[in-house]
Amino acid sequence: MRTISPAASAELVPDGAVVMIGGFMGVGSPHRTIAALVARQARDLTVIANDTARPGVGIGKLIGAGCVARAIVSHIGTNPETQKLMLEGKLAVELVPQGTLAERVRAGGAGLGGVLTATGLGTLAAEGRQVVQVGGRDFLVEPALRADIALIAARSADYAGNLVYSLTARNFNPLMAMAAETVIAEANEIVPLGVLPPDAVHTPGILIDQLLERPRVA
Amino acid sequence: MDAKELIARRVARELRDNTLVNLGIGLPTMVAQYVPPHVRVYFQSENGIIGFGARPPEGMEDVHLTDAGGAFVSALPGAVSFDSAMSFALIRGGHLDMTVLGGLQVDCRGRLANWQIPGVLVPGMGGAMDLVSGARRVVVAMTHTQKGAPKIVEKLSLPMTSQRPVTLIVTELAVMEPTPEGLTLRERAPGVSVREIEAATGAELSIVGDVPEMKQ
Repeated sequence: MRTISPAASAELVPDGAVVMIGGFMGVGSPHRTIAALVARQARDLTVIANDTARPGVGIGKLIGAGCVARAIVSHIGTNPETQKLMLEGKLAVELVPQGTLAERVRAGGAGLGGVLTATGLGTLAAEGRQVVQVGGRDFLVEPALRADIALIAARSADYAGNLVYSLTARNFNPLMAMAAETVIAEANEIVPLGVLPPDAVHTPGILIDQLLERPRVA
Repeated sequence: MDAKELIARRVARELRDNTLVNLGIGLPTMVAQYVPPHVRVYFQSENGIIGFGARPPEGMEDVHLTDAGGAFVSALPGAVSFDSAMSFALIRGGHLDMTVLGGLQVDCRGRLANWQIPGVLVPGMGGAMDLVSGARRVVVAMTHTQKGAPKIVEKLSLPMTSQRPVTLIVTELAVMEPTPEGLTLRERAPGVSVREIEAATGAELSIVGDVPEMKQ
């Protein structure tokens, strides 16, 4: 697999695209691709992610630069900019319980129409949702989520695109690698083929469409 | 002892040996400081780890290792990391023995509101709805009142987190348990009378016999 520059990766994300972005409060987010999207002045993106991090950090950079029109996230409490834009009506925010968000993305990547969960029953999260009974228990029907592009980050990649994540930086990345038409990955290091033991690989490289070049070492 | 320490110490007495526990951000995080001796608890964080420990010394943090609040943590020997789907499968699937969460309001049936003040504070629910719906035991750790106004109320005025009642409510004044008979007063804080607790509570409390003082 040939690698591309961050700027080239940003060109693959058109304005108006639905984009899944890995990371949890910026931990495990694709920081170089995000910076390139800000530099390209991307517009009107729909972002599906756990959160919008903090102002100036991770997805918070996209929010601050006005790249995002709509966000489907579980939490915006750490980013006052997102909250302000939401209350001013300049950014549409759909809040989804975190476990439901993870399963909706997983379902999208696994060819399922959605998932049934008791999470959110009787709350604001149930608005517009169908309730079904299975085995005498109520569940919300939560539809699968898919995206045009997934932007993900790993600790290590090889030149087949195989990915290994680190600790809590894994989070939504492997789920999103399954759930988009085009998957763009970046890693802290790219190692030669054969270095990553097959048992250690978290995301098979065949799922990765584009791999960012190695970070420049000063 | 300040109110928060009193609450955290009392909640810590609910911890059981060899269990998986999730602590919410803020006051609930303090509970980790008071784990009773000889009790081994595995702490889970929603962002994908079991077995995290205290913040490492300055300069030894790993940027890929934080808790759900984004604070640096360490990984104890035997720690395990995983993705968000696995993390919430643990929470919803009956594998999480206990969660401790902060609260804005709890109603007379023990239902919690802790994720939004419409028009003022819209942080989002994060993992709270999954935790209250899925954990085996849900303990609310919160101050009894907010600027003098009761946080334990007959009817929630804030958006509910889950229709499933919580297991236990611990404040600096009292320990309360939702039961079919209503919100039952189980313990009083040291030196606090039943009358004082009732005066600070916006819902009717079920009181059976003498209410003992909180054990420290």
